[in-house]
Amino acid sequence: MVPTIAYVIVSAVLFTIGVAGVLLRRNALIVFMSIELMLNAVNLSLAGFARQFGSATGQVFILFVLAVAAAEVAVGLAIILAVFRHRDTVDVDNMNLMKW
Amino acid sequence: MTEWILFIVLTAVAVGSALMMVLNRNPVHAALWLVLTFLAVAVFFLVLGAQFLFAAQIIIYTGAIMVLFLFVVMLLNLEREREPIVTGGQRAAAVALAFALLAVLVIAIAARTSFPTMAMVPGGITLTDLGVALFDEWLLPFELASILLLVAMIGAIALARRRT
Amino acid sequence: MSNSAAQLAYLAPELVVAVGAVAVLALDILLPERSRRLLARATAAALLASLAAVWWLYAGEVAGRPERLFTGTLVRDGYSLFLDAVFLLAGILGALVSARYVDREGLQSGEYYALMLFAVLGMMLMAVSAELVTLFISYEILSLSVYVLSGIARGRAESAEAAMKYFLLGAFSSGFLIYGIALIYGATGTTALEAIGAAVMSRGLFGNSLLLIGMALVTVGFAFKVAAVPFHGWVPDVYQGAPLPVTAFMSAGVKAAAFGALARVLFTAFGSLSAVWQPALWLLALLTMVLGNTAAIAQTNIKRMLAYSSIAHAGYMLAGVAAYTAGDVALGSVLYYALVYTAMNIGAFAVVLVVGREGEGNQELSDYRGLAVRHPWVAAGMALFMVSLSGLPPTAGFLGKFYILNAALRANLIGLAVALVLASLISWYYYLRVVWLMYFIKPGEAPPTLSGAPSLRLAVGMAAVLVLILGLWPSAALNLAQVAALTVTAGGLPVIGRP
Repeated sequence: MVPTIAYVIVSAVLFTIGVAGVLLRRNALIVFMSIELMLNAVNLSLAGFARQFGSATGQVFILFVLAVAAAEVAVGLAIILAVFRHRDTVDVDNMNLMKW
Repeated sequence: MTEWILFIVLTAVAVGSALMMVLNRNPVHAALWLVLTFLAVAVFFLVLGAQFLFAAQIIIYTGAIMVLFLFVVMLLNLEREREPIVTGGQRAAAVALAFALLAVLVIAIAARTSFPTMAMVPGGITLTDLGVALFDEWLLPFELASILLLVAMIGAIALARRRT
Repeated sequence: MSNSAAQLAYLAPELVVAVGAVAVLALDILLPERSRRLLARATAAALLASLAAVWWLYAGEVAGRPERLFTGTLVRDGYSLFLDAVFLLAGILGALVSARYVDREGLQSGEYYALMLFAVLGMMLMAVSAELVTLFISYEILSLSVYVLSGIARGRAESAEAAMKYFLLGAFSSGFLIYGIALIYGATGTTALEAIGAAVMSRGLFGNSLLLIGMALVTVGFAFKVAAVPFHGWVPDVYQGAPLPVTAFMSAGVKAAAFGALARVLFTAFGSLSAVWQPALWLLALLTMVLGNTAAIAQTNIKRMLAYSSIAHAGYMLAGVAAYTAGDVALGSVLYYALVYTAMNIGAFAVVLVVGREGEGNQELSDYRGLAVRHPWVAAGMALFMVSLSGLPPTAGFLGKFYILNAALRANLIGLAVALVLASLISWYYYLRVVWLMYFIKPGEAPPTLSGAPSLRLAVGMAAVLVLILGLWPSAALNLAQVAALTVTAGGLPVIGRP
């Protein structure tokens, strides 16, 4: 059997790719897709823990994360659409996402 | 053994397509690569004995969320980006930050002393177990999720509907 | 506590707000166009009714006896009741300052007020959450509501951009938060705050790297929400781009909610790991105070100045949380500061609204020249809020800072206490500059014409009275904050609530 830890490490790799996508990309849609990838990485580790603990709780959490992701997508895409109507672009570069 | 083979194949597909999503110039292609990542994660769920979530993942993520994404990409009619990735010091900082995060996460996960041991349920977690947990122990968060979806609905309509 | 109806009675304040939000949506459809302005009153009425429910629970002495509800996902205690009162105050002042603006700018009033109520509901649910996943869902209810509110001025591009920036960074930070929660679940097998604390003790998880990284990720998620440096990048643009009453409401409410939740998580679940997170918060507090205050000096737009000022105040409250070793004194000082900050900051924004013009005009510092000559009362109110924000007596801001300083000293954080005083000295410059402009500089060619909306003046008056009361007779509110803090720090209370 593949140990739980292997799944958790894969989830960490996927999560990091998502973070890198947010930091690297300038297209708001792709930044948003990267955030969805982060949430999926979370779900993968939760599924691993659910099997480890033999508990339905971990799987219930995945359902909640799915609900949150769906809600975020509805609002997020509406916001991106609203920006596009004003600016004809969804480039986040002039929005200083990285300005700390 | 079968699980190891599946694990390696799925990891390769998930990580590979996730990287393609992040590095792709074309938003439509990026979305399609992301669909492949989501499918790989769905199969991961199946391997981990979460059959219901396998179905939910495909229906919600690939069926609803990514279709919405693609719909918006088409609606906006975006051209290929000239410079899809941030440049200069910002790029270096982002890459360094990502690698640092990865190192910290992997070291932290690999160095954990032990997972809490709990009794394995014979036959795995069934849909019945999931339903009982959801509507007994997790009833209140479930109700809150419905408020969350209502808020999202109101918000999306308020922002996206055309002015009358 | 197995009876659902009896458990719901403990959630009366939350239920009233939820019903109010749906009622506002229904009224929006049923009312004719010309009587839409009644929606602001309906919103304020729902929030007042909820405040009455909070008072009813206080009177029933619920505050001193934590009650676990719904299989321990929620806990109704003095802490959550005190925070509820703060959120409701932010909501009531927010509704008052919105009434005129929403009409004038032609915003969609039904959605606007409903989302404002849902945001308050999300804050209140965050305060009663005793479990991380419930906390996460509540946090998302709050977040989605304020993202949409920031972008609801659809005629202005800045509003949409503010919403996008807030949304992308907010969703990014909630990714960190939920990943942290997942790793904590993996390390301890539970997400209930008290059970995590118990697992750390009983299984000796002090050096468990999975738990530590989970705790770090959760802290980062909250650091984004409270706008701690270096996670503050979104604040100035979002505060400037969002509609002004929304900025007023969220600058106080969201901050109080995030601090309430962060403090409960750290104190209840990770108290035994304080040696790890205390230094980290110490550093965050220091950076946030120094950077927030020095950046505020350079601003010429009052909205941006108040944005950096809100970063600085997050730093003061972080210092209160970092003073963990002072126990209920530390937590009580944070609660008191959240209340004080809500009154004085929304008050300041209300004055900015009084002076402001259509389409976010009249928001430069130079627009405040000579305000005292023509409008002595408005100028006096602004002067009071500025003095309070700078932490000078006899105002509430002074006492708020004094109690945080007291907690820091008790926790032996001498360096942080000195930094807090020095940072406050810097802040005097930019707060008192506004007072100086109003009183000692002659007005420009076009003297500001004021918005005479009675609701706006009522908000300024309410906030001013609160700032004075909390500054001169603080003992009642301080007592409540102290009792509220004790319900969290006392810990180890018997678990009731499982059906």
